[in-house]
Amino acid sequence: MMKNKSMAYPYLIWMVIFIAAPLLIVVYFAFTTADGSFTLSNITGIAPYTAVFARSLMLAAVATIICLVMAYPVSYFLSRMRASKQHIMLMLVMLPMWMNFLLRTYAWMTLLEKNGIINKILGFFGIAPLQMINTSGAVVLGMVYNYLPYMILPLYTAMVKIDDSLIEAAQDLGAGTWRTLTKVLIPMSMPGIATGITMVFVPSVSTFIISRMLGGGGNMLIGDLIELQFLGNSLNYNVGSAMSLLLMVVVLLCMSLTNTMGDEDVEGVI
Amino acid sequence: MQKAYLCLIFSFFYLPIAVMAAFSFNESKSRTVFTGFTFKWYVDLFHNQRILDALWLSLGLAVVAATIATIVGTMAAIGINAMRKTPRAIINNISYLPVVNPEIITGVSLMLLFVVGKQGLTNLNGWFSQMGWGIRVPEEIFGLPTLVIAHVTFCLPYVIFNVSPKLRQMDIRLYEAALDLGCNPRQAFFKVVLPEITPAVLSAFLISLTYSIDDFIISYFSSGNMQTLPISIYSMTRRKVSPEVYALSTVMFLVILSIILITNAADSRQYKKEQRGDKA
Repeated sequence: MMKNKSMAYPYLIWMVIFIAAPLLIVVYFAFTTADGSFTLSNITGIAPYTAVFARSLMLAAVATIICLVMAYPVSYFLSRMRASKQHIMLMLVMLPMWMNFLLRTYAWMTLLEKNGIINKILGFFGIAPLQMINTSGAVVLGMVYNYLPYMILPLYTAMVKIDDSLIEAAQDLGAGTWRTLTKVLIPMSMPGIATGITMVFVPSVSTFIISRMLGGGGNMLIGDLIELQFLGNSLNYNVGSAMSLLLMVVVLLCMSLTNTMGDEDVEGVI
Repeated sequence: MQKAYLCLIFSFFYLPIAVMAAFSFNESKSRTVFTGFTFKWYVDLFHNQRILDALWLSLGLAVVAATIATIVGTMAAIGINAMRKTPRAIINNISYLPVVNPEIITGVSLMLLFVVGKQGLTNLNGWFSQMGWGIRVPEEIFGLPTLVIAHVTFCLPYVIFNVSPKLRQMDIRLYEAALDLGCNPRQAFFKVVLPEITPAVLSAFLISLTYSIDDFIISYFSSGNMQTLPISIYSMTRRKVSPEVYALSTVMFLVILSIILITNAADSRQYKKEQRGDKA
């Protein structure tokens, strides 16, 4: 039984039908017209939406960078705490992740509203209400809020492995805080940085809920475009498949980029 | 400095949740002024048939999908473990696709498969009636069948990647010893291998449960008219003001918090027990 490959057969059938075939169907739809003849017009038809693609990449990149900057000190501080305290702190980081992301995003919808709490507080100090919801800033905020734990956790995992004595050695040898950071900490936590970047960037660049709830109509992202082709009023599976294919390519490129980033440094460390 | 920074980050995490919780007790629908304390949104919530139906659907779906995924996935892990390097690498790489692909891609690709499948069934029925046979297969697959398939599909890789490492760690000689001592392969599996990998199988089951209950994006594309809990939350959030959503998220937060606290308490009790055992 333990050396029986046939145990995997039910899964293999499942995998071919429900993992491989659907992706092939996406490719097929992307390169055919509604009646099934080959065409490139779906791909070229994306051209008018270049701005949307650019916006998605931009906002996701900004959110990823903000997450990295915010998360790095958090992970470092966590990794230097006593073990029992680390455990509690990690729980606190993960707890919001367990809440459905629709509810988390909805919370910000309320906070950022024109006559929401934040504007109310600003008004207390005599500041005129700001337009916060339905801006690209709100979309970035939503991404950061939702995916920050995905950055903290891999960074933390990479940093617990860094021995205190290495940091002390660097300081003993005369490295200041900045040099310890750039020459010791960052290179050694590179695998965590790479994982964190993919884990924040991929869901950010493909989201359609955050942009819809916090970005209003003016901040469409790739995800919104795709959703409109499959369930919305644009309804065109072929164009939608072409867009999905392009999104897949973007994600794969991003991942191969961060992968090499992580790999090189693992080798460098060893 | 360090404490101040951590405080800042944690308030960023928790203030929005706290504000929602506070306004779930607000008498009026206002989201800025607290006019009085009430439980009425909670009462409304627990009388909202749509939410309750969605909750039961989500729980049932999660149990069914997680069970199928755990069984098929564990078997797969065993079978894959017995394979040679190349086929194993190919299968693992394909299995990784749903994990690394953006969820929306998994969602729309499954939806396309179901659309094509539905068309196929319609054609099949057409062919049946042409042949004059009285058979008809159901055509409307969107709904429960597609939801179960979709959820099993995105849970399976997590099961495999959870169970596989445990299998590789396990000493295969234990299994061989059981065979030598007269077990048949089935007995050896259930008496030796399964107890060894049970923790991994259980955690795979729990992970699948939580993923299934939490999933919105993939379900959204394959649910037809069915409403799982996240989908009905989504339709609730489309309305501008709905304090019931606050009440719901407060309830969910408390449920999650207590589950985590209970499992944690159990873990640390277990840990202490083990330590005491070591001393004795």
